[in-house]
Amino acid sequence: MNIVVLVKQVPDTYSERKLADADHTLDRGSADAVLDEINERAVEEALLIKEAQGDDSTITVVSMGPERATEAIRKALSMGADAAVHVKDDALHGADVLQTAKILAKAIGTVEGVDLVIAGNESTDGVAGAVPAIVAELLGLPQLTHARKVELNGTTLTVERETADEGLVKLEASLPALVSVSEKINEPRYPSFKGIMAAKKKPVNTVTVADLGIDTGEVGLDNAWSTVLEAAPKPPRSGGTKVEDEGDGGTKIAEYLVAQKLI
Amino acid sequence: MSEVLILVELHDGDVKKVTHELLTAARRLGEPSAVVVGAPGTAAKVRDALAAHGAAKVYSAESDDAADYLVTPKVDALATVAATANPAAILVAGSSEGKEVAGRLAVRLGAGLIVDAIDVDGSGVTSQSIFGGAYTVKSKVGHGTPVITVRPGAIDAEAADGAAAELSAVDLPAVDAARATKILSREPVVGGDRPDLAEASVVVSGGRGVGSAESFSVVEELADALGAAVGASRAAVDSGYYPHQFQVGQTGKTVAPQLYIALGISGAIQHRAGMQTSKTIISVNKDAEAPIFEISDFGVVGDLFKVAPQLTEQVNKRKG
Ligand SMILES: Cc1cc2nc3c(=O)[nH]c(=O)nc-3n(C[C@H](O)[C@H](O)[C@H](O)COP(=O)(O)OP(=O)(O)OC[C@H]3O[C@@H](n4cnc5c(N)ncnc54)[C@H](O)[C@@H]3O)c2cc1C
Ligand SMILES: Nc1ncnc2c1ncn2[C@@H]1O[C@H](COP(=O)(O)O)[C@@H](O)[C@H]1O
Repeated sequence: MNIVVLVKQVPDTYSERKLADADHTLDRGSADAVLDEINERAVEEALLIKEAQGDDSTITVVSMGPERATEAIRKALSMGADAAVHVKDDALHGADVLQTAKILAKAIGTVEGVDLVIAGNESTDGVAGAVPAIVAELLGLPQLTHARKVELNGTTLTVERETADEGLVKLEASLPALVSVSEKINEPRYPSFKGIMAAKKKPVNTVTVADLGIDTGEVGLDNAWSTVLEAAPKPPRSGGTKVEDEGDGGTKIAEYLVAQKLI
Repeated sequence: MSEVLILVELHDGDVKKVTHELLTAARRLGEPSAVVVGAPGTAAKVRDALAAHGAAKVYSAESDDAADYLVTPKVDALATVAATANPAAILVAGSSEGKEVAGRLAVRLGAGLIVDAIDVDGSGVTSQSIFGGAYTVKSKVGHGTPVITVRPGAIDAEAADGAAAELSAVDLPAVDAARATKILSREPVVGGDRPDLAEASVVVSGGRGVGSAESFSVVEELADALGAAVGASRAAVDSGYYPHQFQVGQTGKTVAPQLYIALGISGAIQHRAGMQTSKTIISVNKDAEAPIFEISDFGVVGDLFKVAPQLTEQVNKRKG
């Protein structure tokens, strides 16, 4: 079975994230970058499926991003993925959700006979939660998104979709298909020393936009179908009153709420 | 005036509040047309509610399959209507499914996409709050029919008279089984009588400090006294104190209520990302150095098991 996992390098949410003043794009230099936690779970799920299949399944990670994305790719490979496709092109600077999905769909197309695409449900920087669905649209695949549980029986996939607004929805489709995983799906493994060493020898195919048969004039900030007109940092919220509880903490809050006309 | 399409969100056959918010936003851009997708008979039941919020037209895209497949019937319905109505914009709720519908629709129509707008003005310029409220950006679609998802709760719904007398039937294309995802069963969120987390005007959340699933009753009792929704931090969810669908934060729900009360939550950046645009924030934490105090309008350094019940009692007394 051929599995593709979509992984993304994101600014670490523990560090401050900034927009570049010049063009309102993510200032990738300003924060530490890591393999998005949700994508570790996506890789883990691919590994679990491969292990359950007990055959010679191949897991290919696909990532679009600047040079630094190689770190995320290496991490995925050291967890146990077999190969990688890295779409790296300066023309992609400022790519929007739609462009990203189009590039990823093309990059997935370079992997032969894909049976299953696994993505994270939402990235921690974009939080569009739309890329997997759009990739499914472009590739004509059924989408089984926001999965907290995935089961594969032959070529039939069943998934428990869990979202805050819909609750639990049980889904079914047949392969080839696209799955996006939610935070509750699994606990990703740590790469072993052996895995880290092995990752160094695994093939990473670096491709450009042109290699994917896309005109560079169709991508990047200048060609996005929506534009950011202005961006303003919110003034940081400042703390208000802080009191020690002296047996009347609850009453104090109630008084505050009354004063603010909140109760 | 051009039509502006909105996708109706339903819960148990009733129109969700966010649909009224979409109609309100749509009126700024043109004449709102509501698109209802579901099993036969769905649209007729909600037409009056939609008209009361300004829907000038109601499209009904109904079939047995429409309710039994994920996302794609809604994309099909909107794409079909858009092909003839030539709308000025298409607005979809920024729910999990709404974002997916909007994304797919945008590529299908070859149109620009704006995700998670918190405001839309008459010229189609949208505001978005990103990085958990650290920045506000204004954007505009410059290509094709703008497809915009609007964050639930961000726009105040206003009632308005809409014409919406007749239903216009939309023929849905047949489902292509190889490309579609079948819904086998649904177990909607059991929030009981509490308001929906994303739509509540008051949210009371508990964190790891609550200590156990049983003691979450302290959080629930305060929430019920205030008519609030209950939320939880990821640590509380991971520890099994409260179900995942109530998680607030970067990887949970983003909420922006009038009042947010955090009990036993330290205020990690990922939690703040989901709640720091709340109008008023109140926190109780026994650690005076907890970062949650940095963004709280009123904070009590103390034991939540002493402070919260006292507050519940005070609230109930004032109501009484
Ligand atoms: C990629 C990523 C995504 C994440 N997404 C989210 C998210 O969506 N939402 C989220 O919440 N977190 C998220 N986190 C986790 C986040 O980093 C924190 O670990 C989490 O928010 C901590 O939850 P907490 O405040 O309940 O627990 P803790 O940090 O353990 O804080 C518990 C607090 O309770 C106080 N306390 C203990 N006992 C009492 C008592 N009796 N009375 C009063 N106070 C008491 C303590 O002083 C402490 O401050 C994410 C992390 C990562 C890496
Ligand atoms: N640049 C990218 N490279 C690889 N995968 C991506 C990229 N952007 C998004 N994805 C995938 O899509 C998921 C959801 O992203 P988003 O729709 O941006 O919230 C991520 O968890 C990834 O699996």
